Amino acid sequence: MLDLTFDTPKPKTIQGAKQAWELVIGMEVHAQVATQAKLFSGASTQFGAEPNSNVAFVDAGMPGMLPVINEECVAQAVRTGLGLKAEIHLKSAFDRKNYFYPDLPQGYQISQLYHPIVGEGEVLVEMGDGTARVVRIERIHLEQDAGKSIHDMDPHMSFVDLNRTGVALMEIVSRPDIRGPEEAAAYITKLRQIMWYLGTCDGNMQNGNLRADVNVSICSPGAYEKYRETGDFGHLGTRCEIKNMNSMRFIQQAIEVEARRQIAIVEDGGEVVQETRLYDPDKGETRSMRSKEEAHDYRYFPCPDLLPLEIEQGWVDDIAGALPELPDEKKSRFMADLGLSDYDASVLTAEPESAAFFEQVADGTDGKMAANWVINDLFGRLKKDDKSLADSPVTPAQIAGIITLIKKGDISGKIAKDVFEIVYTEGGDPAQIVEERGMKQVTDTGAIEAAVDQIIADNPAQVEKAKVNPKLAGWFVGQVMKATGGKANPKAVNEIVAKKLAD
Amino acid sequence: MSELNKLTIAAARDALRAGDTTSAELTEACLSEIDAAGALGAFVHHTPDLAREQAAAADARIKAGDAPAMCGIPLGIKDLFCTKGVPSQAASKILEGFKPEYESTVSQNLFDAGAVMLGKLNMDEFAMGSSNETSVYGNAVNPWKAGNSDADLTPGGSSGGSAAAVAADLCLAATGTDTGGSIRQPAAFTGIVGIKPTYGRCSRWGIVAFASSLDQAGPMTKDVRDAAIMLETMCGHDPKDSTSAELAVPNFEAALTGDIKGKTIGIPKEYRMEGMPDAIEKLWSEGTEMLRDAGAVIKDISLPHTQYALPAYYVIAPAEASSNLARYDGVRFGHRAKLGQGDGITEMYEKTRAEGFGPEVQRRVMVGTYVLSAGFYDAYYNRARRVRTLIKKDFEDVFADGIDAILTPATPSSAFELGADFSPIEMYLNDVFTVTVNLAGLPGISVPTGIDSKGLPLGLQLIGRPWEEGDLLNTAYALEQAAGFAGKPTRWW
Repeated sequence: MLDLTFDTPKPKTIQGAKQAWELVIGMEVHAQVATQAKLFSGASTQFGAEPNSNVAFVDAGMPGMLPVINEECVAQAVRTGLGLKAEIHLKSAFDRKNYFYPDLPQGYQISQLYHPIVGEGEVLVEMGDGTARVVRIERIHLEQDAGKSIHDMDPHMSFVDLNRTGVALMEIVSRPDIRGPEEAAAYITKLRQIMWYLGTCDGNMQNGNLRADVNVSICSPGAYEKYRETGDFGHLGTRCEIKNMNSMRFIQQAIEVEARRQIAIVEDGGEVVQETRLYDPDKGETRSMRSKEEAHDYRYFPCPDLLPLEIEQGWVDDIAGALPELPDEKKSRFMADLGLSDYDASVLTAEPESAAFFEQVADGTDGKMAANWVINDLFGRLKKDDKSLADSPVTPAQIAGIITLIKKGDISGKIAKDVFEIVYTEGGDPAQIVEERGMKQVTDTGAIEAAVDQIIADNPAQVEKAKVNPKLAGWFVGQVMKATGGKANPKAVNEIVAKKLAD
Repeated sequence: MSELNKLTIAAARDALRAGDTTSAELTEACLSEIDAAGALGAFVHHTPDLAREQAAAADARIKAGDAPAMCGIPLGIKDLFCTKGVPSQAASKILEGFKPEYESTVSQNLFDAGAVMLGKLNMDEFAMGSSNETSVYGNAVNPWKAGNSDADLTPGGSSGGSAAAVAADLCLAATGTDTGGSIRQPAAFTGIVGIKPTYGRCSRWGIVAFASSLDQAGPMTKDVRDAAIMLETMCGHDPKDSTSAELAVPNFEAALTGDIKGKTIGIPKEYRMEGMPDAIEKLWSEGTEMLRDAGAVIKDISLPHTQYALPAYYVIAPAEASSNLARYDGVRFGHRAKLGQGDGITEMYEKTRAEGFGPEVQRRVMVGTYVLSAGFYDAYYNRARRVRTLIKKDFEDVFADGIDAILTPATPSSAFELGADFSPIEMYLNDVFTVTVNLAGLPGISVPTGIDSKGLPLGLQLIGRPWEEGDLLNTAYALEQAAGFAGKPTRWW
């Protein structure tokens, strides 16, 4: 396997009035676990159902109802942990996080504060310019999502939809290893990609299935390295947490805006106050949600309704054994075994569906040609129609068929484009299309020779010129191609023209 | 047959099987007794129609020869159990009008066996109390009175309505729940038997939670045999309760041989409290001698951390309660306060909970919130948890030393007068002999063994090894046989 080696990207620096500042970012990503049922009830997790239709008694906090852990959610968290090369804790436990809110019917969220199911791991975040950063994962824990409060349906009342209440979330907590807005976006992109491969989260940010709390602080150049050497957070600036972001674009904007706000405060002789903030994309500013003093006292304590969660190493091993090939490995393999460029391998492995599509095309044909056809022709064509790969009218077998025809010499690259367009718009088997529509290259040298002889006979003056200047052979080739409707094998035509002119 | 309501479960079962009576007759006998016993305040929701329907179905089953032991037996169900379509409000205003769409596992187990529900029984609000006086319905009254006074006495708490109903023969038996002594103390105060099984024996699903790590359901019955019969039907593994034990349920009644020869009974010195009434002291010694006479080996033992149990309990139980009771917010069910102009969600919570919870519940919610709050968590909650571990280890050590059961008083006194002006701490002292058992998750049973100078019943507590309820019931049976307690309250209601 090819080892991917990268240089570390430079941290984002912002020039203040007095000095340059570096950014330090840590993230808590909330990923909705892809499962049929909720974390502690049998209610469905389907998005977009009628309000309050996917609600079990326990989800609604009815008296005497008890939570029972859904094994599939545990398996998904373990899968995610393994995908992030993290330590799996065979014993974890659930705690209650207590606070009042109408969309939290129990009055507490069941989470894992003290003993998370997944411990330390890491993620390789590539920046696309040959640099990449290893972001350390501190932990992943399982917790319940809250419901949804709707405040704009009635002037006097708020409405509550409990469909999302109790749906399983994985909170993926990073160390403060992210050094700029672009890295933050790349980090989330990578997490999402890994979870796509694992099938543990659909990553749909628009539906809120993937959201992030972003911790931002600033420091002088060199301070971060001291933190990494000593582990002492004292080298870093005071952080502020920007809550509940579900857009890559806004995350990047918010980090930049928040960093600039902190720089202005510090350079003005002030101190950054640790607090929770919200990003307002309309005004392009972050504003205080609550300060440390106003922070909720969640009164975490072990949930007495649930026994500690114990899983067996054998079960974890089974999950590990059934894990799919992950993006980093797949990309390495595409580069090493199929000869793809870094860029092509990245594009094709960005989503598991595109990688799988590509692999089906490449199987039995040619890696590089398959990559070109999938990326340039197919993706390009789909993009033009605003379609996704899932809507592709062309199957991998059809593209493989076209490539096979090119390799056999049955069609030229140019004709192949026409065949692709026919397959894309009308469907059908490329070989059959080529056959039926007479698009096959003429490789019959007799037929080509006859065409060449005809052209030579018709153009004696040109022949004389070409004998002096061999470059003019191209003109004859062009005439032959024209006469054969482009179907003559160009290689054969070249050879025959050269031979005849030399005679 | 006359006075069918006075039958034990075992006697009724045998009579039903012999065709000497019917469940319908038993049920009617109890229903008319309940109607005549309003002064006891035991039943707070009456379900005569349901009872008659269930009795008819039970009679059909008995006729068909398909009759489990509890088939056709009329019971009272503590208001803490959610019963489908029947008011279930944990004796709290905040659950006013709440009729669950589901049936608790324990009551379902009883109904599946053919038991009949006469109605719901009074209790302390959310099972928080030792006198039944924190109930929104007003207190239940002990059918017993002191010989020298006409004053109404407490039936104990929190399962006060259950105790009063069984002692007054309003039903053949009742369900109770026990978080710190709520089955055993009222049983002792009313001269009946009450067992709290090992934590995890009975499913908690559908029982309104007070303190989840301590709550257990159990039967309250007229004698030990009935406790064995009814417990067997109530308990069993329930996949809907993660803390329910995946263990087979033995035939508890078959364990009642009365033979305890060679069993070792521990007498813990730490339970000999200063200022303990002579009557209790005497009862305890007599009970010890009875077990010795029955062939048991008596051994003095030490449970060194006993003195820390009550304070630990009154940290852990309120902590869990403060969280368990957060769901009563007026949003989805039960009481919601009327709101004023400009009131928002915070006012709705505050007013609803201020109106809906009584003072004792509010006190415990506040204590619980305090002990879990940042800065106090380690000093209170975590320390209490460590104490709990030590208390559990105390028991493990003596059981490892060969002790089969432990004999203690059930309560520090006999039933006291209702309306007595106790401080919360004085009231909490009622649980001093019983909370250790909940903290350690052990089975404990209260057996009536004597009458004090005022003519009031007194009980002794036996504590058993985890999951060995059969053995514990047999020791209790031997004690019951030896004590020969046959007292009944004189009817005044």
